[in-house]
Amino acid sequence: MKAILEGSHAVAEAVRLVKPEVISAYPITPQTHIVERLAEMVADGVLESEYICVDSEFSALSACLGASAAGSRVYSATSSQGLLFMAEVVFNVAGMRQPIVMSIANRAVSAPLSIWNDQQDSLCLRDSGWIQLYAEDVQETFDLHLLAYKVAEDHRILLPVFVCFDGFIISHTYEPVDIPEEKDVLAYLPPYVPFNKLDADDPLSMGMYATPEYYMEFRYEIDQAMGRALNVIKQAGKEFKEKFGRDYSELVEAYRLDDAEVAIVAMGSVCGTIKDAIDAMRAEGRKVGLLKIRAFRPFPAEDIKKALAGIRKVGVFEKNVSIGSRMKGAVGYEIKDALSDSSVQVISYVAGLGGRDIRIEDIKKMTDAIEAGNGDCFFGLREELI
Amino acid sequence: MTAAELIAVAAFKSGVFSQAFPAFGVERRGAPVQAFVRFSDEKIRLRSQVYEPDYVIVQDSTLIKDVNVFSGMKKGGIILINTGGDIHGTIPEGVRYIPIDATKLALEVLGVPITNTTLMGAFAAASGEISLEALEEAVRERFSGTLADKNVAASRKAYELIKGGA
Repeated sequence: MKAILEGSHAVAEAVRLVKPEVISAYPITPQTHIVERLAEMVADGVLESEYICVDSEFSALSACLGASAAGSRVYSATSSQGLLFMAEVVFNVAGMRQPIVMSIANRAVSAPLSIWNDQQDSLCLRDSGWIQLYAEDVQETFDLHLLAYKVAEDHRILLPVFVCFDGFIISHTYEPVDIPEEKDVLAYLPPYVPFNKLDADDPLSMGMYATPEYYMEFRYEIDQAMGRALNVIKQAGKEFKEKFGRDYSELVEAYRLDDAEVAIVAMGSVCGTIKDAIDAMRAEGRKVGLLKIRAFRPFPAEDIKKALAGIRKVGVFEKNVSIGSRMKGAVGYEIKDALSDSSVQVISYVAGLGGRDIRIEDIKKMTDAIEAGNGDCFFGLREELI
Repeated sequence: MTAAELIAVAAFKSGVFSQAFPAFGVERRGAPVQAFVRFSDEKIRLRSQVYEPDYVIVQDSTLIKDVNVFSGMKKGGIILINTGGDIHGTIPEGVRYIPIDATKLALEVLGVPITNTTLMGAFAAASGEISLEALEEAVRERFSGTLADKNVAASRKAYELIKGGA
């Protein structure tokens, strides 16, 4: 069924279709519309799920962790300060290998307080052991929720997933979205089969104390599972395409890169604006393309290397800042590493922080800067305020 | 935002792609807010705010004192303003100005000064971008029962008023 839905409500529809047995979340802008809608669905009996009301994000993810350990499919959603408040539990969920899926309506972090979009919140938790997927539009946001559960619950993986989409820009935008039939979703994503669970008749412990003789191997196995996720996500994406027609069989998406000399690398909704900017620049004869990154963890370094082969200069659009680092943005380092055995120049641009609007003109200016080789800086600063 | 959502849904029902979003800020009833709508024959990828609108709808004419509602408008554009009298400000050259007392009309038909559906009816008539049928369908999806009937009546009345005057 094709309908016009607000991004948040599309997410709630995806959650309705995957039927988590337990939901726990604490409202925070711009994620609130998702959990409001889910609470409504549960109250109206449209969704048979236990909705656990809690006093904070810390409690929300703690409740999710317990429910997941008991063998339930579990869902949560948050943003910004909420995610940071959860941080301790975020690491625990991955460490205990619980396949929880959590929506992140990406928002800047305080201080100063900003309710607007950037990707600082999820990128801060880069090393937590959660898979991180980034969506460009409402449809992709919807789709990645289905894919996320399939990957998370795969017994070769058993890792939690952040499905990230830009706060307000996606969460509050109404646009057309194709909502599949319940039976097709069930065929793609069968009911959850836990690898193991808390059971009074067959007791086990999770998240136990690990002495120096054991701790490192646990961390190693999480990293190994994350590595396996590269292929498992591709398989889940291929199966998604066979079932629903939309292709997520790659972790990166190339746009007009074939004969490009300059490439922009980006994640999330700004990729749409960049595509329009690239069409405009191509019409002017400029050889520029986009590489959109859909999976940031696991990081598809080999795919990126392949996609950017032959490019002279690469500019990374960073909706985050790694304060004190030389390149300024966190994503740029990963791209630079992926291309380390080539002579391609990689530069970072910290842009669009705290909801600053990005226009086609900005992308053209950024392309000028990439061509000139000027980067590793904040882009679009208001000099009069400094 | 409700008005923007209604236009987007009605445009979608008329067979084009559409996108509606608020100027992400404090969404409190009564506070000045902006919302944007795009529609196109092709999938809409652009995410920036709208800086050069073809159409502007002003729900409260007192805002004109504080906000340049004409910003970015070009020749051939249409501005629809909810007003019971004169407005402060100069209409840019080549822009068609359509005043409508939507508050009065909404009070008559709905009994409350909420002008979304009234202004949408006026917009459908003034722009020709969405049909009255598609708008009615969108209104009936958003509201139910007598509230839907009243809102359909409000948009139809505004539609006819603008069509009659055009």
